[in-house]
Amino acid sequence: MKPELVIIEFLQVAALLGLAPAFAGWVKMLKCWSQGRTSPGLLQPYRDLAKLLSKDVVLAENASWIFRFTPYLVFGTAVLAGGIIPILSIDLPLAPTADVIVIVALFAIARFFTALAGMDIGTAFGGMGSSREMMIASLAEPAMLMAIFTVSLANRSTSLSQIVQVIYSGQSVIRPSLAFAFLAFVLIALAETGRIPVDNPATHLELTMVHEAMILEYSGRHLALVEWAGMMKLFLFVALGIASFAPWGIAARGSFSALPGALVYMALKLGLVGTVIVLVETGLAKMRLFRLPEFLGAAFLLSTLGMLSYFILD
Amino acid sequence: MNLTPVDIAGSSVLLLFLMVFVAAVLRNSQRLLITLSFSLASVASLLAVAAGIWTVSGGITSRVVLLMGLPDLPFHLNLDPLAGFFLTVVGLLSFYVSVYSIGYIRGYLGQRPVTSLIIFYALFVAGMFMVVLADDALFFLVSWEIMAAASYFLVIFENEHIENRRAAFLYMVVAHVGAIAILLSFGVMAGLAGGFGSFNSYTFDAMRQAQLPIEWATAAFLLAFLGFAAKAGVVPLHVWLPEAHPVAPSNVSALMSGVMLKTAIYGIIRVTFDLIRDFPWWWGAFVLVLGLISAVMGVLYALMQHDLKRLLAYHSVENIGIILIGIGLAMIFRSFEMPLLAALALIAGLYHTMNHAMFKGLLFMGAGAVLHATKERNMEEMGGLIHHMPWTAALFLIGCISISALPPFNGFVSEWLTFQAFLLSPALPSPLIRLLIPMGAALLALTGALAAACFVKAFGVTFLGHWRGHHKPHIHEANWPMRLGMIFAAFTCLCLGVFPTLFIEWMDIIPTQLVGSKLAASAGAYGWMWLTPVSYERASYSGSIVFAGILVVVLAAYLLLHVRPGKIQRVPIWDCGFEKINSRMQYNATSFSMPIRRIFGHLFSIKETVTVTPLAGHAAFPKRLHYYLRVRDRFWGWIYRPIVELSFWVSRRVGRLQQGRIQAYLIYSFLTIIVLLVFLR
Repeated sequence: MKPELVIIEFLQVAALLGLAPAFAGWVKMLKCWSQGRTSPGLLQPYRDLAKLLSKDVVLAENASWIFRFTPYLVFGTAVLAGGIIPILSIDLPLAPTADVIVIVALFAIARFFTALAGMDIGTAFGGMGSSREMMIASLAEPAMLMAIFTVSLANRSTSLSQIVQVIYSGQSVIRPSLAFAFLAFVLIALAETGRIPVDNPATHLELTMVHEAMILEYSGRHLALVEWAGMMKLFLFVALGIASFAPWGIAARGSFSALPGALVYMALKLGLVGTVIVLVETGLAKMRLFRLPEFLGAAFLLSTLGMLSYFILD
Repeated sequence: MNLTPVDIAGSSVLLLFLMVFVAAVLRNSQRLLITLSFSLASVASLLAVAAGIWTVSGGITSRVVLLMGLPDLPFHLNLDPLAGFFLTVVGLLSFYVSVYSIGYIRGYLGQRPVTSLIIFYALFVAGMFMVVLADDALFFLVSWEIMAAASYFLVIFENEHIENRRAAFLYMVVAHVGAIAILLSFGVMAGLAGGFGSFNSYTFDAMRQAQLPIEWATAAFLLAFLGFAAKAGVVPLHVWLPEAHPVAPSNVSALMSGVMLKTAIYGIIRVTFDLIRDFPWWWGAFVLVLGLISAVMGVLYALMQHDLKRLLAYHSVENIGIILIGIGLAMIFRSFEMPLLAALALIAGLYHTMNHAMFKGLLFMGAGAVLHATKERNMEEMGGLIHHMPWTAALFLIGCISISALPPFNGFVSEWLTFQAFLLSPALPSPLIRLLIPMGAALLALTGALAAACFVKAFGVTFLGHWRGHHKPHIHEANWPMRLGMIFAAFTCLCLGVFPTLFIEWMDIIPTQLVGSKLAASAGAYGWMWLTPVSYERASYSGSIVFAGILVVVLAAYLLLHVRPGKIQRVPIWDCGFEKINSRMQYNATSFSMPIRRIFGHLFSIKETVTVTPLAGHAAFPKRLHYYLRVRDRFWGWIYRPIVELSFWVSRRVGRLQQGRIQAYLIYSFLTIIVLLVFLR
């Protein structure tokens, strides 16, 4: 293994850790502007994290080790996923560790433990959040896998860096199946990252919150890790979408000279996706919980159509 | 005389029969009997494991003919790699469960004699070993019946409850319908192999030689599949499983769910890939579709349960479905002459067989520990057990992660392999299958996601939060033998998840013999850390790096955040400033699965009523609120109730013959003689 590849790997993980709060801040800022409010600025998430990290932890009396372990695990899976998804470079030493199915499963294990943590304290809110989150996930995950399967069938691999390689080298053509898969992926990404219309990241209203209900009891450094991992998850889903559908601009070779260019491309794409997220979030209202099966069913239908059209047309 | 694996396996069976005699002799000193007999069972199981591992790693086929059985029909025993693999799986879990039983069965001391439990336990395990060793139809069916009868007596062990007796009866009926189907299937194959006039071709060898016409082969396959599916609990033949598995003592439930169902999987593989060998693709599609239905229905029904052991029993239906998906895909690929892909799908199915044995054994042992400690099976009463039973909780959690197919544990590996098999299906020439297969992948994904939801519920409601019941019993941690059995199983789950390549290389001889291709040539090409079925560019997974990676980041984050000494302040739960919240306000099993019940409600027969008793004078304020919910299996109403009603109707009609008058009976005898004289001149 070449040493520069290892350095690039570390740089990519550092970029993920460092830039994920900025991306979350960017989305928040745009949202404030679009709603005619004054924004707290791009750096507010960093200030929030710093504040939380410096505070003491307040823990419920009956919290078990699961509750205390979960933030670290959620953080760990997000960082590991960040080392595998090609964000800046295709040539990553960790890339063969896990293919795209494993990435989905890594997010699933984080969710599994978050849901358990929600039930650990024994309040009604935590259980409510866990129950809803697992319901949404169990409908979103099949659709997600179907969308990803379509992409991997079109590129003859489930390995992400291989998919990027194929698209990058121009062997891939525009297919109708990929269009369906992309639409499905967008819907699923909104659900998985807990954005409107599925969940509202800004709410603490009892009847509507899902993800926030599970992590309601966290404080101090635990909350900081959970929040940070949440920002990374948003970042990673965007990166996953870019890698599967539009990886142009990524550093193809494992050399440092290509990295600044890749970083600029990445920032531009992230900025664009952030704008789209804000347009969706300001344009739509949050759905009722039991309307969600229709939303996720539509995503599932789209991804199944994508897969069928791959099998029939291509 | 050289020692062969089949000798070791045979001595293991003899040791189990010895255990039966030990139990009969020592019945007056129960405490000693428990320790001694289950130690014997552990040794016997380890011998079986040794024989199995030796057979598979050496690729040896060893056979022996016993001069027992009926005159001129000796018993044939054969230990080839396929049998060796299943012998290893059965033996390994029997070893863990036998260790566990040393502690678990002590709980019955002073309540009831356990001699019968020990005798039938030994016969049950011996029966499973003999089923995989059998090499002729006669010995196979004898062993099959020993296994079924012994497990019937184990299910009915706590026979004072009517539901246990009903469950055991149902189990016996389904087991025997299945056994008849298997008997008929062997009859078809043996009859066509050597003519219906003689008994010479009852050995599997004779059946292998036979060239069956396709119609007869199909009949034999369908009969065998029906018989084995009844044992394995494939939907819609699964109804006995959630009744019988929960009421048996938990160590027996672990064996029944973990490995007895696997003997049926063994039977399916043996009959299709070994005895019949040439089959059309639609057999595979048939197995695949039933596997998919079982997987999805099994997990959905499991989600609706609030009895911990019943929930686990429904998950066995789901996992048998996942195994059948792998086997069905392997059959499809095999019939289109694609040996590499068939090997991949077959390995996926076999790997899941081993995985399911380990994690389901672990989960049932954990449920047994909970039952032992709380005397409670209803999850609605439980909660907060993690504080009283930390070992059991941690080990049960490992089982939950494994069964939910989450990396880096073992369930994920086999599901990942199955997905890879699905993704390689565009190479298939038939357009009909190509439409079927994407739906299959989607249903498998749905199953995995729902299983995760179900085990968040199972673990969260049982072990987390507060105790929900009105009277909290004194709860104690599981004793050491029980803990040890569970630790072994949990450790095996981790090893199977982290080092999949080693195990796949070990079992690679099986697809080589059955479908004519091996997998490890590609899977292990990049060293033991990397699992790369088919090719490196296509897909790769490294369980060990995922495990190590998560561990490193978690440790690093923990250490970095603990450089500065931060205080952890323990406080009471925040109750939003209202009255003190109580433990009945927590989410429970029923409320947790409510969203999923609402979405998939049309698949169950649900009866839900709410009765409000208003306060006198204030109609708006309820004094008491009763919520009643009953979720039932639709298949019971669709298939079984009509059969039950039909048989009652027929019996009533036939019952009219029973007059109670001697004159009528004399006329019956007279008519019978006339008829016999007319037809049998």
